[in-house]
Formats: sequence, C-alpha cells, structure tokens
Amino acid sequence: MVLFVPEFSLNPTEMSEIAEKVKSIIVDKLGVEPSEVTPEASFTNDLGADSLDTVELIMEFEKEFNVSIPDDQAENIGTVGQAIAYLEEHAK
Amino acid sequence: MALRRVVVTGLGAITPLGKTVAEYWDGLSRGVSGAAPITRFDASKFKTRFACEVKGYNPDDYFERKEGRKMDLFTQFAIIASDQAIADAGLAEGVDKDRVGVIWGSGIGGLRTFQEECIAFGRGDGTPRFNPFFIPKMIADSSSGNISIKHGFRGPNFVTTSACASSSDSIIAAFNYIRLNMADVVVTGGSEAAITEAGVGGFNAIKAMSERNDAPELASRPYDKERDGFVLGEGAGALILEEYEHAKARGAKIYAELLGGGLSSDAYHITAPDPDGNGVVLVMQNALRDAGIKPSDVDYINTHGTSTPLGDGAEVKAIQKVFGEDAYKLNISSTKSMTGHLLGGAGAIEALASILAIQHNLVPPTINHFTDDPELDSRLNFTFNQAQEREVNIAISNTFGFGGHNTSVVFGKVRD
Repeated sequence: MVLFVPEFSLNPTEMSEIAEKVKSIIVDKLGVEPSEVTPEASFTNDLGADSLDTVELIMEFEKEFNVSIPDDQAENIGTVGQAIAYLEEHAK
Repeated sequence: MALRRVVVTGLGAITPLGKTVAEYWDGLSRGVSGAAPITRFDASKFKTRFACEVKGYNPDDYFERKEGRKMDLFTQFAIIASDQAIADAGLAEGVDKDRVGVIWGSGIGGLRTFQEECIAFGRGDGTPRFNPFFIPKMIADSSSGNISIKHGFRGPNFVTTSACASSSDSIIAAFNYIRLNMADVVVTGGSEAAITEAGVGGFNAIKAMSERNDAPELASRPYDKERDGFVLGEGAGALILEEYEHAKARGAKIYAELLGGGLSSDAYHITAPDPDGNGVVLVMQNALRDAGIKPSDVDYINTHGTSTPLGDGAEVKAIQKVFGEDAYKLNISSTKSMTGHLLGGAGAIEALASILAIQHNLVPPTINHFTDDPELDSRLNFTFNQAQEREVNIAISNTFGFGGHNTSVVFGKVRD
C-alpha cells in the first residue's frame, strides 16, 4: 500500500507560511530565540531592536513578501503579530 | 603650561602574522611572511591575486552574530585589537571614563560595506533599498564610536584619515590631547580591511601593488633591487596611551614612553613620493625636535618601506640627509616585508613593532632580501632577513600616505 503524504500540513493550529517566514526573519535579524518571537512581542521593548533594526526588519519584510510598506503604515507595525497581520493582508 | 609626559600602557593586535600581540611579535622576530593567495573573494581575474590576510578569522569567535553583522570588518578588527589593549592595560576599573578618549585611524573605512551596497543598488531597478546599517557601518569613525560605546569612554573621540599615515596621525593626536591635559588616557591605533574587489582593483589601477603571483610570500621585499610594489594587508593595532603620573599612580605596566612626533606634507603629488624626499626629511627633523633628541640617540627606524620602487629609495635618501654619518649606526627595517601594508592600520602595528623592539631589545628584520639595489647605500644596516639583537633605547616609526602625508612617531624606554 502506498501512503500519500501531503506536502504541507493542513493542521489549522500551525502558523501560516507567512507567519513562519516573519518569525524566521526576526530570529535572524535580531538574534533572538524563536521561543521569544510571540505575537505580542514588541520589536523594541521585548526583542531588543533599536530604531535602525526596526527599519531593517521592515525592509526585509518588503523584500521577502514583495510588498511596499509606506512609512506611515510601517510606524504601526511594532509587534510580531502586527507584522504578520499586515503581511497576511498585503503580501502578493 | 608644561606638557605632560605620555607612556604606553597597553597593546593589542590582530594581524596577518597572528591574532594577538604575542603571535604578532613571534612572527616578526622569526621573519615570517603573512602573504598568501586571496581567500576573501575570487581574485582570478585580478592582476594581483595574493595579499596578507588575517588567517583563520571567524567573526563568530569574537562577536554575537547580531553584533558582528552591524560592523564592517575594519571595525571588527578595531574592536578586537582595542579590547586586547584595554584588558592589557587594566582599564576596566579605577579610571575616570570621562577622561578616557578613543582616537582611531583608518585610511578608508568600510570598503566592503560600501562596495556591497552599491553593487546591490546597481543590480536593482533604481529603487533605493539601502540598508539602514550601510552608513553607520561604512563611515570610518564607526570604529572609534563603537569602541567608546562598548567601554563607556566619554573623552575625545574621532578618527584620523591620511591614507597610510592614518594611524600614526591618530597616535600623535592622542599624544597631544593627553599632553595638553584634555584627556588622561586615549585608546588609539588603527585598522583597515580593504582586501575586496574594489580595494585590490583600485590599487592595481595605480600600479602600486606587487604582481608576483607565483611567489606571494617573497613579494614584499623592501630595498631589494627586484621589488615591484606593496602587498596589501589587513588588520589592526591598538595602543593605550596614558599620562605618565596617571599610569604610575595606578601601578600600570609601562611598555615605553612616547617621546614625540612629527608631521609634514610633500606638497608634491597625490600618489607619487617626492623623489628628493624633502617632506620625509622634514618629518623626521620635526619628530627629533619634538622628542628633544639628537640623531645619534636613535637606535632603530621602522621605515614606511612599502616595497615600491620609488618610495623606498626616497625614504632612505631622506634618512641619510637627516642622520648623516649616524645613519650607519642605525638599524633600519621594514616590517611590511612580513605583514604587508595595512594602509590605515600600518602606523599602529608598526608602532607596536617599534615598542616591542624596545621591550625585547631585538630589531625585527626586513625579510626577502635577495639582490642589493645599487641605488641604495650598502653601508646602511637594513636588518636583512634575520632579526638582530641590540639595545634599543629609542625607535622611530615612519609612515607616509597618498596625498603626501608624512608622520613620524618616536618611542623610547621610559626613564624617571
């Protein structure tokens, strides 16, 4: 008997592909542990980002998800959850 | 106002001969070449395909990944060498950090950072996507800025840029600020990391570098008849300069006294040295006068001696003009024969070579001497091929930079 193994898990409790990518970018750029990257975590208050780190994160999101995030909207992306929500809505 | 005395109380180095002061001195005293094929990029299409790289360098050995990523290699080298020197001098406790400055030297700054960001822009569609760390990584003063941030030193802080004289100028600036009572301690020195496509290609275009690709370790050969240009090096040297009474009061180890410094300009050509060596005569005269010594007091000159056909001869002529008959009693050597040319880091690591020669009473050699140059006076002692033991009381380090900048620094055994 041949078992069909699906390529992607369909378990709805797992994070979306976008959320996984966002998390891995944050882990890479801010040098933090994956366990720290919770939806509520603030880049500056919880994850040690300074103003330049935050600009770099936004640029990485733009590159990875092929979007352009205007400055006035970038100012409202201060937590992991806000980034994921914005990108799930705007990513192409 | 009487000028205050300044001594050296700490040393640090990351060089093509080793990643500590002890390894560096070991290489210098044994006459080891730091040259090898370039590994930092694919140099197969370049006229020069070798350099003096810092061997086995892994930033993860020194920095957390997030921290290292925000510094160009020249700043990483600056942090590593200055950390060593600060630890060596015991500056962590018992000093007033408002009175500790950082005056660093770099001829170029973050060349790789600049190159990579411009390449990325050129490959795009014209939309600027420059990294926010581009400017803070690239600017030359990110070195002194990062050192002060790491250690909380709030005294005078800046970088000197005068090509290959940069870190002799930083040493003299540091010396002056302490002499004038504007700081008690200054972390000084210099670093460079220009072994990149732009660095090697650029220096090749000037025709300043050796193209002896079949024998890299024999390429840097100052004063040899067959010399064909300098060998590019990278790394950093760091010195802790400290006011003499301040050093004594805290029981610091004292390596040497910084007796004086001289500066001058060729006012001749942007890359070529004045063949008559007028600027170089002037700089050594200025240095001797500032140090209050006679030519006969000097035991050793660590020359600029880059292994270029024009520069080496002009410097030797100048030494003979300044020292006259005393020139024959000197030991002269170019440690660039071993380290290659660290550009903005050269003055710093050669100041270290001079200080260590004083400390060990051993003059490091000019290696790779095969054929006498008939243009150079063979009665001079160039310390060819092997280190020479000698009581070294006073040593001068010469460095000259593109732009015609000349700087000489005079170190001596400390006397009460």
